[in-house]
Amino acid sequence: MEHIDFSLVDWSRAQFALTALYHWLFVPLTLGLSFIIAFMETQYVRTGNPEWKRITKFWMTLFGVNFAIGVATGIILEFEFGTNWSNYSWFVGDIFGAPLAIEGIMAFFLESTFIAVMFFGWNKVSKKFHLLSTWLVAIGSNLSALWILVANAWMQYPAGMKFNPDTARNEMVNFWDVLFSPVALNKFFHTVTSSYVLSAVFVIGVSAWFLLKNKEQLFAKKSIIVASIFGLVTSFLIIITGDGSAKNMAKYQPMKFAAMENLYTGRQNAPLAVIGLLQKDKTDTILDKQNISLKIEIPSLLSIMAFQDANAYVPGIHDLVNGNAEHNILSYKERSDKGKIAITSLAEYKNAKKTGNDSIANAALTKLNENYPHFGYGYYANRNVNELIPNIPLTFYSFRIMVGLGFHFIALFLVVWILAKKDKLEKKRFILYTALWSIPLAYIASELGWVVTEVGRQPWVIQDILPTIAAVSQIKSTSVQITFWLFFVIFTGLLIAEIKIMLSQIKKGPETELIENEIRIN
Amino acid sequence: MFETFQYITLQQYWWIIVSLLGAILVFLMFVQGGQTLIYTLGKTEDERTVLVNLLGRKWEFTFTTLVTFGGAFFASFPLFYSTSFGGAYWVWILILIAFVVQAVAYEYRTKPNNLFGKRLYEILLFINGLLGTILIGTAVATFFTGSGFSVNKMNLTLLTGNKMPIISEWTGLAHGLEAAFNLQNLSLGLTVFFLARVLALLYFMNRVNNTKIMERVKKQLLYNAIPFVIFFLTFTIWLLFSKGFAVNPTTKEVFIEPYKYLHNLIAMPAVAILFLIGVLLVLIGIIRPLMCFEKCSTKGIWATGIGTILNVFSLFLLAGFNNTAYYPSTFDLQSSLTIENSSSSFYTLTVMSYVSLLVPFVIAYIWYAWRSIDNKKIDIQEIKTETHVY
Repeated sequence: MEHIDFSLVDWSRAQFALTALYHWLFVPLTLGLSFIIAFMETQYVRTGNPEWKRITKFWMTLFGVNFAIGVATGIILEFEFGTNWSNYSWFVGDIFGAPLAIEGIMAFFLESTFIAVMFFGWNKVSKKFHLLSTWLVAIGSNLSALWILVANAWMQYPAGMKFNPDTARNEMVNFWDVLFSPVALNKFFHTVTSSYVLSAVFVIGVSAWFLLKNKEQLFAKKSIIVASIFGLVTSFLIIITGDGSAKNMAKYQPMKFAAMENLYTGRQNAPLAVIGLLQKDKTDTILDKQNISLKIEIPSLLSIMAFQDANAYVPGIHDLVNGNAEHNILSYKERSDKGKIAITSLAEYKNAKKTGNDSIANAALTKLNENYPHFGYGYYANRNVNELIPNIPLTFYSFRIMVGLGFHFIALFLVVWILAKKDKLEKKRFILYTALWSIPLAYIASELGWVVTEVGRQPWVIQDILPTIAAVSQIKSTSVQITFWLFFVIFTGLLIAEIKIMLSQIKKGPETELIENEIRIN
Repeated sequence: MFETFQYITLQQYWWIIVSLLGAILVFLMFVQGGQTLIYTLGKTEDERTVLVNLLGRKWEFTFTTLVTFGGAFFASFPLFYSTSFGGAYWVWILILIAFVVQAVAYEYRTKPNNLFGKRLYEILLFINGLLGTILIGTAVATFFTGSGFSVNKMNLTLLTGNKMPIISEWTGLAHGLEAAFNLQNLSLGLTVFFLARVLALLYFMNRVNNTKIMERVKKQLLYNAIPFVIFFLTFTIWLLFSKGFAVNPTTKEVFIEPYKYLHNLIAMPAVAILFLIGVLLVLIGIIRPLMCFEKCSTKGIWATGIGTILNVFSLFLLAGFNNTAYYPSTFDLQSSLTIENSSSSFYTLTVMSYVSLLVPFVIAYIWYAWRSIDNKKIDIQEIKTETHVY
């Protein structure tokens, strides 16, 4: 009998991926649109122009439709750490649980309380209190993103913790190291700014549709100006943080970096393939080697991207798996041997403690501590090293499509902003259609960002410390299959309903009767 | 400040916070109770819309409390999170699904082109109200009745053999659903269900301005209060006279003790007093509106609501305090979880305790924001002029 139930591991991964991908269909719009709405309402309060109120309320309705389903898919994610990754919950719950709890206390209540004021308080509270509530909703949503991304970043780069052999788990030793780890800060800013870009594309695309239909021109142009400025500013930040992500990845997750670049053999002056086509190398039966054809390369760019130095050495998949003495890289075989020592030392330590043999316990503890950085590799001591290599084509292509689309959005923001300023946008139908069709592209780019980061780190739930095969819950894989399909059907049904509702709300356009007695100012 | 506390004090402090969150959650489940009464109380489309909107303005709050309850439990007692959620898989998954469908039902119910039609979203609200309350009640009852599981941290070191390196194993084949077939568990599940309905009726009395709905509310209050009291008494008496899962304070060994929860009540008079005050308040909140409906119906939600919080809070304390295993294993007694063996580290509990200082601030702004938008009762007319309607 196989020691590990791979069907269970794979279905548990599939279920988590399904939930995360669905959840992420709704979150970015919430994060960015909340700020865009807050800017619009600020304009309303500042100028008193009722047109701004009308604009604010229109986007607010779409926000509400999107928000509900984001909440629905989010609750599953939180609890899935327990239901499907129970070993993980124990092994790192001492650190990982805290951000989740703080997210609830600090962010969710802020969001849910003031969202009620935002939707139902128009005629009940003062203009300023209403505006404050709208800003608090935006801040609350983004605060919740902070905490969950801190948690995610910690899985990629486990900082501020120490393994406690007595409790057989990792324990937090420095909260600030967890919160302010370079990976956490960068991940937060990269993820939220990417969400702002998606929201800006969404607002521009929907407004472009109004212009194409010759409806609500003023509303559409005002929305486009707000969104394109928002998009341009945040695009700038996304480039900086994207660069930060690459550097962090090269430093802390070299295998993910190599897989993303399909870098098989490490080298100095490593070039970056801007585009390329991967084909499996049939001569390589051990590692999942891919040949790259039809490529356009920029010399040394990968070395610069990773280490700010054209001469820097970037390790490849081959070096990471087979080791490279010249560059002090241990092979996976060596690491799994060390990991195995760490795991067996833990067993020795606990047995010695039980029998009261302190000298054996201390010796085991020293061995455990020495080898702990390789702990997770121990579970692969008798396995094929291929299992430690993530899916290369998926990470390679996802990264390129994401970055390519990112540049497309920047160009789009710039063009529509200039044209809107010159009041020529409604005549440029090609640009308007491009803006409209960029909406699905923004979602694709956003999801692919997560594919790069999550597929690229496989099989690690906690980088180097805990692989998926040792993190799952002990359930029948058929149970997980059933719940996977259950979630699939529910989420897909709700997604279709959401899209249909969104479309009909958009077609309906902003409400007009609300401003009957108010004067429109152009 | 918290650094100077003893480890056990922090563990107790966090058990108190988790208990309080659980208690507030049960009170806020009036939203769920109300969802099962929409068709009983609302005979016309307009009436149902008033009721749905009243609940819709509070659903997120219950939901957020549930999520925070989960997060706080994870952060403070991670071994419970991993053992219960991973083991009693089906119960938790069904609870989650019940809440997933609720989240969208309000927002999508009356929106044009909502794919499934108004009726289906109302059915989803009903499912949430029914399953959410009964299953959460049943799951909490296992804090007293136990479940079949084992915890062995040495499993982490398994690199070969037949077993996976997973520390918690569940023995019940139904992965948690077996708890729903235990009558004692079910009596708590049904208590929560009828209590949620009673609370919803009291909430409607406080918020609805419509005589027809009010007549039905009054009738339903009696119909739901009777089964609530019966199930509550059944569970409580059963609990006080049943055996419990005690922990030897020196050896930390878990053993079965007859009348354990009755002993806990006697050993902790403060908890006993809280419990009795809770019961009294719950009953006052229900009985007064039945006797003087016209004049005093609006205050019932506060008396019964606070009473509910006190009752649930003291039940949690009975489960976790006074050397008791709060998540007992009937398969392997020594695998039972106590607040000592399942908690986070001293450092994490300290950090989290500082975070908990935010809670009064959170409560204060919730109170302020609600008062500013809930200053008068709601009638059909208001819903018709409202711009954001569920």
